[in-house]
Amino acid sequence: MLRDEDRIFKNIYGFEGADIASAKARGDWDGTAELIKKGRDWVIDEVKASGLRGRGGAGFPTGLKWSFMPKENDGRPHYLVVNADESEPGTCKDRDIMRHEPHKLLEGCVLAGFAMGAHACYVYVRGEFIREREALQRAVDEAYEAGLLGKNAAGSGWDYDIYVHHGAGAYICGEETALIESLEGKKGQPRLKPPFPANMGLYGCPTTVNNVESIAVAPTICRRGGSWFAGLGREGNTGTKLFCISGHVNNPCNVEEEMGIPLKELLEKHAGGVRGGWDNLLAVIPGGSSVPLLPKDICDTVLMDFDSLKEVQSGLGTAAVIVMDKSTDIIKAIARISHFYKHESCGQCTPCREGTGWMWRVLERMAAGRAQPKEIDMLLQVTKQIEGHTICALGDAAAWPVQGLIRHFRPVIEERLANGPLQEAAE
Amino acid sequence: MSVRRLNEEQPAEFAFTPENIDWAEGQIAKYPEGRQASAIIPLLWQAQKQAGGWLPEPAIRHVADMLDMPYIRALEVATFYTMFNLSPVGEHFVQLCGTTPCWLRGADDLKDVCRKLIGEQGEITEDGKLSWLEVECLGACVNAPMVQINDDFYEDLTANSFEQILSDLRAGKEVATGPQNSRRASEPEGGLTVLKGDK
Repeated sequence: MLRDEDRIFKNIYGFEGADIASAKARGDWDGTAELIKKGRDWVIDEVKASGLRGRGGAGFPTGLKWSFMPKENDGRPHYLVVNADESEPGTCKDRDIMRHEPHKLLEGCVLAGFAMGAHACYVYVRGEFIREREALQRAVDEAYEAGLLGKNAAGSGWDYDIYVHHGAGAYICGEETALIESLEGKKGQPRLKPPFPANMGLYGCPTTVNNVESIAVAPTICRRGGSWFAGLGREGNTGTKLFCISGHVNNPCNVEEEMGIPLKELLEKHAGGVRGGWDNLLAVIPGGSSVPLLPKDICDTVLMDFDSLKEVQSGLGTAAVIVMDKSTDIIKAIARISHFYKHESCGQCTPCREGTGWMWRVLERMAAGRAQPKEIDMLLQVTKQIEGHTICALGDAAAWPVQGLIRHFRPVIEERLANGPLQEAAE
Repeated sequence: MSVRRLNEEQPAEFAFTPENIDWAEGQIAKYPEGRQASAIIPLLWQAQKQAGGWLPEPAIRHVADMLDMPYIRALEVATFYTMFNLSPVGEHFVQLCGTTPCWLRGADDLKDVCRKLIGEQGEITEDGKLSWLEVECLGACVNAPMVQINDDFYEDLTANSFEQILSDLRAGKEVATGPQNSRRASEPEGGLTVLKGDK
């Protein structure tokens, strides 16, 4: 198990203050100017060396992403945009960073912004997080007052401003280009890529969009060194990670653990185990609603990191672990996720706009046993027609949970249909 | 997508109070010159607050004028984002999370409480105090089931504790926000498993 001294978020539960004095006592804002004086390349190299992969779901190497920003300024300003539009079902880690460790995020914004040549940063907080937005704004105000933001931020010689912005209830604004559209005052509909945001992002300027957790771990990585972070977990899947454990466990919670911890150990050590014991486990969604579920036999041994979960045809996503015990109607559970995607589709691409509603309606019928057995294959085929055929990944995210259900629980669906009203009427 | 239309009955006019005009100018100043449209979500949100929890059509036009935007662009934003209520809501507006993590832990029981104490979704109680809506994941999944009432989250609910909260709010009593059991935030109930040193 990870030692407490290697935990980055020491106040994740909020037992101590979130104010600047308490944050400084935990080590935040310590020698920020010295880190910046080591130069842009040094910051990016440390983050690259740490092996940090983006914590928002896709797992793209963070240092590499920062290095895509133009080295020279062509007259257009550069922007850092922090994606705090946390809405992936199961995920509630960025919320805790904003309300309990906001100064880690702000210091990370300064370092990351400096590394990509940006003087301004927008933090896009989901609309529903009203108290979290207020907490973050309080921290921003404190940091300005202490001279850590604004002109000559933290005495580093680098001017830096942070603005807190917010959305109004659209999951799709967690997609980076939809977020940029929304920040420009439009409907949050994703853009085609290329051009990529690093060349043409916010207001047509070079922009990098990063998840809250990715940015908030950067100061500790710079201070303790990329090699420290890389020494945790395993190659390609390094460091610590905030896990959100929800559903049918005895004690749901958030916890920071080492990457690659076995799923079973994670649940039993921190969440009090599965309700009714490990043998009462039916399935786990290991990385937020977008990733395919895993049946118990895979959960017995699987490790919680990007590559291990990819090997079992699922994903780490946001590391939001949704646990379902044997009392769960698994078809209904996935149907409810399909309803989520139907509700959140932005409506731009036909396969997603029409397909998400279609999948939801079919799954609702299947949950009630009111479908023909041949419709299972038809449903699978439709998921394949949505996947990969839309501008953004919401189409994929809507298709994968349904594919996971059919892959692992096809006999459950078949049995439900065989005992359903349509079959009984036919007999 | 969800179908969203403007309310049939609309007030004749809307204008920000002088305090809100000042506030709005502070918001607009966050964005580069000529990019004032960026402030539309915060401004519409403030307009909704001033109008009593919903966004009337004249308010959308008022904000569009302030930001020098065509009305249709402002209407697009108001109808796209689901936190803008296009029809009136109760004084205490309950958004009940029904997505899978909350559903697994009893969101359906909370819906029954709403039906019993309030009525169907979208209905406002006769005293104007309460109305409710099922919404998608609100991002407090380890404290499921939960609801948001106006600006605050109420977490780790049971049918009983939720019923009590609704009755208390209706009676004008103070109600504690956040987790309704012994938890402070997202830590496991019944004792920490990490970071125990300082406690």
